[in-house]
Amino acid sequence: MTFFNSDNERLAREVISRYPRARSAAIPLLHLAQEQEGWVTPAAMVQIAELTGSTPAEVLGTASFYEMFKFHPVGKYVVNVCTNVSCQLLGGEELLEHAEASLGVRAGGTSQDGLFTLEDVECVAACTEAPCFTVNYRYFHRATTGSFDEVVADIRAGRSPIHHGAAGDDGELPEHGTLGRVRQHIPDDRRAGVEAPEDVVGAPLWLAADRAGEG
Amino acid sequence: MGSSYVPHAAGYVDNGGPKLVTSRFGYEDSHTLARFEATGGYVGLKAALAKRPADVHGEVREATLLGRGGAGFPAGVKWGFCPEGVWPRYLVVNGDESEPGTYKDRLLMERDPHQLIEGSLIACYALGLSQCFLYVRGEMALAQERIATALNEAYAAGYVGREILGSDFSVDIVLHWGAGAYIVGEETALIESLEGNRGMPRLKPPYFPAAIGLYGKPTIVNNVETLANLPWILEHGAAAYRRYGSESSPGTRMFAVSGHVKRPGVYEVEQGVTTFRDLFYGEDFCQGIREGHELKMFIPGGGSAPWFFEEHLDVPLEAADVGAAGSMLGSGAIIVMDDSTDAVKACHRLVRFFARESCGKCSPCREGTGWEEKILQRILDGHGRPSDIDLLLDVGDNISPGPYPVAAHTAEGLEVVPFPPRQTTICPLGPSSVAPIVSTIRRFRHEFEAKITRGDTIPVSAAPVTAGGAGS
Repeated sequence: MTFFNSDNERLAREVISRYPRARSAAIPLLHLAQEQEGWVTPAAMVQIAELTGSTPAEVLGTASFYEMFKFHPVGKYVVNVCTNVSCQLLGGEELLEHAEASLGVRAGGTSQDGLFTLEDVECVAACTEAPCFTVNYRYFHRATTGSFDEVVADIRAGRSPIHHGAAGDDGELPEHGTLGRVRQHIPDDRRAGVEAPEDVVGAPLWLAADRAGEG
Repeated sequence: MGSSYVPHAAGYVDNGGPKLVTSRFGYEDSHTLARFEATGGYVGLKAALAKRPADVHGEVREATLLGRGGAGFPAGVKWGFCPEGVWPRYLVVNGDESEPGTYKDRLLMERDPHQLIEGSLIACYALGLSQCFLYVRGEMALAQERIATALNEAYAAGYVGREILGSDFSVDIVLHWGAGAYIVGEETALIESLEGNRGMPRLKPPYFPAAIGLYGKPTIVNNVETLANLPWILEHGAAAYRRYGSESSPGTRMFAVSGHVKRPGVYEVEQGVTTFRDLFYGEDFCQGIREGHELKMFIPGGGSAPWFFEEHLDVPLEAADVGAAGSMLGSGAIIVMDDSTDAVKACHRLVRFFARESCGKCSPCREGTGWEEKILQRILDGHGRPSDIDLLLDVGDNISPGPYPVAAHTAEGLEVVPFPPRQTTICPLGPSSVAPIVSTIRRFRHEFEAKITRGDTIPVSAAPVTAGGAGS
């Protein structure tokens, strides 16, 4: 089954090579699938199962535990409004109501133009900067109904809204599915190397040398 | 641009105190290798590599570095639980910060990723950990990006990977990230998630994954802030570290103060020296409750902690003192609520969190948190019954039996029950849902009663439903 394009398949194999067991790459590969397609398709799960040595049902079992994975198409921009207690105290619920009215959808829904999916979410770790919302997991702090509308207007106009006050963040706002815009890459000549746990015998070199010195 | 020392980390407030982990937060380019190297970066690693690994471990043990993730267990002791002669050993960095009110690890990862990498390397060197997985919460896109960039820089510069700084110490650090599940912050659930599974906590014992962890091998799981302290400790020594803070809790801690204060923010504070009163009302700190209001209650250690009130303001920010007073410092999340706050509503919001985030493995939590949330919802909707208050406590008692830890209202003559709670579950998530319920009912029973206008009751300890009864 081929789901990943050739670049992403190469990336997937690179990611797998960092883990002692391929199955550990399941969550990063699900993110990669979501980055390619905007959501996790059945075909993606079949290929991830092949790549990680598990079954599609096991991949679905893992994926369905985590709320960031979507199993149906969602908006290009996933808007998460925090209503947990720190945000609630300073207007998070009112912000969510405003977002529902402004985007024309209830929390959990996607706007008719397919641009926005709105979610009512739990604490996103910006509690001192309440109320807070994120768009494709980029933060907007100390939000007001006005700042929310500006972000939405920017996106509708094709401008990146990141400058509206996300924490030291800048640049372009990627579409839903992309998280970090930079990937880790371990150069071959710098790699310490990965061994299957059952193949490892004895302490690593620096510790073994030290212990030999003790005796 | 880039060199001026002004606060650039959203939420971080420099209070003029010692900065053991936030020293670079004022620089706009604090996340870059250039800034890190220009401000003492990787000096702690070099100091560690000049010592024997066992001596590095000894230094950390002597520093009494307490874990900053919530449980407060001494890192040096936890490190000692690795069984002799079992290899390989792994390090898993817990960057899955999700406790309601907690905002510190995200800052440490976004603003100073090299400090965390350096701390992780020191731990790996000390214990012979041959691979490190840096598990960042899925929602933290900027933190993932900054860590990926920092790791790429560090590999290229020879700080990570094969033969680090020309020594025989070699370790790969792999950036891993989650996908939205609070429970994955529990260390055995974190390991399950890292193995590619649903993030459900493992049955205890073993209590520490240092014995049996990732792939069944000894695994050290440490919180981001815990590891971020290591470079300072190795550079300056355990004795210097112990000069900060108190005897039982040396050093500093990062506290995120949110809610109804004039200047909410993340503060690095010496442990055991500062009190809650200093923190809330001090000029260098939060500068008081917002205008025209007074303190009603506060949560001293994240959504899982029993609530504190005005009479607890003089308790020092120190794990032992807060524990003895019936709550916990947890993950350094302090949520302040003023007299405009509806206690039942705030309680419901926290309980809804635990109900949503229950992984479903243990019945008392899976079923109990759901019922707690439903009962609180119906009270808020005006459909509550007089017996619902006792029913809530009864459901809570099935998750956390016996007297639940409580920071009692002395005027009511209640006894303080110190933390932690007992539990019928594998992990503390279920019992955490009981904390806001017991806290609010003990202190604000009248607020519940005011919302309950119906007169009908259902018995709390009902006789088992008979076949005839169930069919009607």
